[in-house]
Amino acid sequence: MQFFAELLGPAWLPVWTLVKIVAIVLPVLVVVAYLTYAERKIIGWMQIRMGPNRVGFFGFRLWGLGQPIADAVKLMTKEIIIPSGSSKGLFLLAPVLAIAPAMAAWAVIPFTDTLVLANIDASLLYIMAITSMGVYGVVLAGWASNSKYAFLGGLRSAAQIVSYEIAMGFALVGVLMSAQSLNLVEIVEAQRGGFWQWYWLPLFPMFLVYLISGVAELNRAPFDVAEGESEIVAGFHVDYSGMAFAVFFLAEYANMILVSALTSLMFLGGWLSPVPFLPDGFFWMAAKMSFVLLLFLWFRATFPRYRYDQIMRLGWKVFIPVTLVWLVLMGAAMQTPLGSLFH
Amino acid sequence: MEFTTVVFYFFAAILLAAGVRVITARNPVHAALALVLAFFTAAGLWMLLEAEFLAITLVLVYVGAVMVLFLFVVMMLDINIERMRQGFWDYLPIAGLVAGLMVVEMVMVLGGERFGLVAPEPKPADYSNTRELGLLLYTEYVYPFEIAAVILLVAIVAAIALTLRRRPGVKWMDPARQVKVTHEGRIRMVNLKPQKPESKTE
Repeated sequence: MQFFAELLGPAWLPVWTLVKIVAIVLPVLVVVAYLTYAERKIIGWMQIRMGPNRVGFFGFRLWGLGQPIADAVKLMTKEIIIPSGSSKGLFLLAPVLAIAPAMAAWAVIPFTDTLVLANIDASLLYIMAITSMGVYGVVLAGWASNSKYAFLGGLRSAAQIVSYEIAMGFALVGVLMSAQSLNLVEIVEAQRGGFWQWYWLPLFPMFLVYLISGVAELNRAPFDVAEGESEIVAGFHVDYSGMAFAVFFLAEYANMILVSALTSLMFLGGWLSPVPFLPDGFFWMAAKMSFVLLLFLWFRATFPRYRYDQIMRLGWKVFIPVTLVWLVLMGAAMQTPLGSLFH
Repeated sequence: MEFTTVVFYFFAAILLAAGVRVITARNPVHAALALVLAFFTAAGLWMLLEAEFLAITLVLVYVGAVMVLFLFVVMMLDINIERMRQGFWDYLPIAGLVAGLMVVEMVMVLGGERFGLVAPEPKPADYSNTRELGLLLYTEYVYPFEIAAVILLVAIVAAIALTLRRRPGVKWMDPARQVKVTHEGRIRMVNLKPQKPESKTE
């Protein structure tokens, strides 16, 4: 590494940063591909089906492990149909606006206490700001398609994301009150001390609100009215095909992994080991993320879709009051000797 | 030229172009999107000024929430460009006055050194802008801050009160009652003795 640094001189820093970015984005994309496979397999097992089990490598079936690759190749070779009467530029811009925030947010996610691309001071704020921009992709896709179904899906999604962002933000305020920091590395370090010290316990209402709001923000079942097949065909991406559709798909799954990473960092102790006699490490982070992802898939196989007014009621009349009350309780308790419960 | 200067001119050029698009775009959705871009690049400029908390908040609040709702409304409106252009000459004097005031303000800010404004020293890298801002807001400026919050709350209540209307004859469901529904309330089990169908009389 020293050799390359001397060879490239001042160009070394950008090149090295690019290498690190690729080292984060590529695994994310691979995990996205195999998350779709896991989703189909797990939901298949839950519904007593096999799931994809045909496509393999070199003539071996290998439980259908080649399926995501085949899907990707299929989507890449398909034509991108642009509907007549659509707003062409925005139609093509929308998938980009959907995936860019989903990727940019990974810049500040720490994988262990040293393995982080940019350990910035206000990383939690940065994540909230960047992820709040993901809604533009959906809204623009709905509008630019010039189709009523797509438009309805876009509007539903916009209202839903904006509503649940508030509850999500309040849940994060609870976390930063406990950790007294906006830095994700420091938030994890503040949870040191084993399973019972992680924030899921003192901030249990926040944990639940964050997890459920996360599902709602992702537009996933049971909150997937934005693409409710039974009413509005496929919602905002009904007119998308080929790679443009695949990019929306990638963005949704990259966001799923992102929310699972954030949940495990803020409420499940990140890379910290649950018991004192085992070492900390990325292994724990991966295990916790997989658990949260499994929850998301499980929700999808278990719950029927919410009705639209029920979603709005849950966000505004249940989650926001719950988080507000818990914030006031926490603030009051922190002024008394009971405050140590929340640190 | 320093790197930050290059970044500044890059952002400034995009900001100006986006600002021009906001007022020249014929399609209101395109105009709203140009405004989003303007906000985003303005956040980049604030970041250059080492105001990272304000920059991130600008993106979080304006780009992430306000403009989404703005876009939401603009998309649903059927805006007639011709009718919007009608009052152009009537409003021009007022617009000119506002623009003139803004030019004067900008001159005073940009030429601040002539009016006795001293540029602050650059802070070290470990200086936490967010923490300092929070401390100031909740100690020295706590009353103005709380008063501003109350004014915003009043505005929210007023906005909701304006849209609250009770129309008679509207069919709606009370979710609280729906949630409480049990099968006893919906199904009544009746023990019926087997009956002979009555013979139809012609």
